[in-house]
Amino acid sequence: MYTEDDLLMLSALQHLLFCPRQCALIHLEQAWTENRFTAEGRVLHERVHTAATDSRCTVRVEYDMPLRSLRLGLSGRADIVEMHQQEDSSWLPFPVEYKRGRPKKDDTDRVQLCAQALCLEEMLDCTVPEGALYYGQKNRRTPVQFDDRLRRVTEEAAGRLHELLSGTVTPAPEYSRRCESCSFIDTCLPRTAGKKNQVRNYMTRMTQS
Amino acid sequence: MKKHLNTLFVTTQGAYLAKEGETVAVRIEGKVRLRLPVHTLDGIVCFGNVGCSPFLLGFCGERNLTVSFLTEYGRFLARVQGPVSGNVILRREQYRRADDLDFSARMARAFINGKVANCRALLNRTVRDHGDRLDSEAVGDAANHLTGLLKSLGRGRPLEEVRGTEGDGAHVYFSVFDHLIIRNKEDFFFHRRSRRPPLDRVNCLLSFLYTLVMHDVRSALECTGLDPAVGFLHRDRPGRSGLALDMMEEFRPLADRLTLSLINRGQLQAKDFVVSEGGGVRMKDKARKTLLTAYQERKQDVLLHPFLEEKMPLGLFFHTQALLLARFLRGDLDGYPPMIWR
Repeated sequence: MYTEDDLLMLSALQHLLFCPRQCALIHLEQAWTENRFTAEGRVLHERVHTAATDSRCTVRVEYDMPLRSLRLGLSGRADIVEMHQQEDSSWLPFPVEYKRGRPKKDDTDRVQLCAQALCLEEMLDCTVPEGALYYGQKNRRTPVQFDDRLRRVTEEAAGRLHELLSGTVTPAPEYSRRCESCSFIDTCLPRTAGKKNQVRNYMTRMTQS
Repeated sequence: MKKHLNTLFVTTQGAYLAKEGETVAVRIEGKVRLRLPVHTLDGIVCFGNVGCSPFLLGFCGERNLTVSFLTEYGRFLARVQGPVSGNVILRREQYRRADDLDFSARMARAFINGKVANCRALLNRTVRDHGDRLDSEAVGDAANHLTGLLKSLGRGRPLEEVRGTEGDGAHVYFSVFDHLIIRNKEDFFFHRRSRRPPLDRVNCLLSFLYTLVMHDVRSALECTGLDPAVGFLHRDRPGRSGLALDMMEEFRPLADRLTLSLINRGQLQAKDFVVSEGGGVRMKDKARKTLLTAYQERKQDVLLHPFLEEKMPLGLFFHTQALLLARFLRGDLDGYPPMIWR
């Protein structure tokens, strides 16, 4: 169990799964760079978060709900948590996370949502079987089942996150195609940083001729 | 991608800046003379008697825009800035490394390498472009001398020797600087560097441009999360921005080049300056505006960054160099590559 002081940002899980170096740049080095994609995401979220609570008969909706899990050592906010009333009149939480763009092949978005579900389970002492991701470009919800595999991946990612962010070392970059869509490419310098003797060769070239 | 944005320089005495929606409104004698959207700016520099509404200052802090206040003649007074950016891990590393004299000497060698190489490039280029209009032999000899100094800046040279090389380099370079002035020579000449106050027009221009470059270098370091006060070549002294001075070395020839082109293109004349009783030289308002505009335009020029081999506006080079320094301190690079142009 973690204490409140140890809690890390839930959204960092996504950064970790996308790229451990990006995660360290954001959360260890506190570098933040916005690009078109992050700006679009921010605007989308601002829109979601300005809506007030509304309620329909069997569904209660909470916007921008604070969440935490001492077991995973995470805290954050859920864009939307719908409370669905069950036949026995109890309420079942159903988290919905807004994302710009379209569904991704990898687990990053699903893990973030699953972490929200795990927080809800711990805080409300219940079981959350399902949630949804809302993709701006598709304009519709994609349901996500919190099965054993996703839960395991999420818990393991939370563990790795704590390991990474308790140190001071930013992992070396590994250049790949997705670096081109990363808002950190100019801070990270994936093609230059981490190579041997780059600067030494440069200096020789520039000064000794 | 970090963008190169404009700096708003306000030189009109009595001007007042205020926030209007998402814009900065410049009021002169109660009338709004200029409105600029905040997202097109990365800083505001106020010269002399220029006021700013507290609300605008707060807004700039929130938007990561630094507002600096300088005297009418460009001496730095104060700045208002948002929350300290960057991280404590980087700054601690910077402090640890600055305490290590061997490491400091290594950094100092890199900065001085950059400066001397860029001075040499400026000399060579002037000979190439205007060889027939100046003493190209003297200038060429000076460039060769600088090449010798670069060779002597090898590994393992301690800090004191690097300082010596820097002094030699500056002496050789400035001893031929007067040759590089090829127009209005009776009004624009250079014998030696004088700063407090500048005793001739050329020194007046150099000092003012160095202040502008200093401002940009310091902001770039702060933006990256480095502490501009803790330097390697320039050791700690209260009130001095050691690291900003360190990193400025490689950019000085840039200011020198701009000074020369303003003179050699005839954009500035003797009448644009005032000589005071004690011999100190100051620019008139018009000259200051010409110079600020030229500097702003120069920063828009797109050049190939020699180390990253990417094209970017010159104004972004300050930021890129600060970033490369941070990357080196964090262990991602095998050294600090100063910006060296050919």
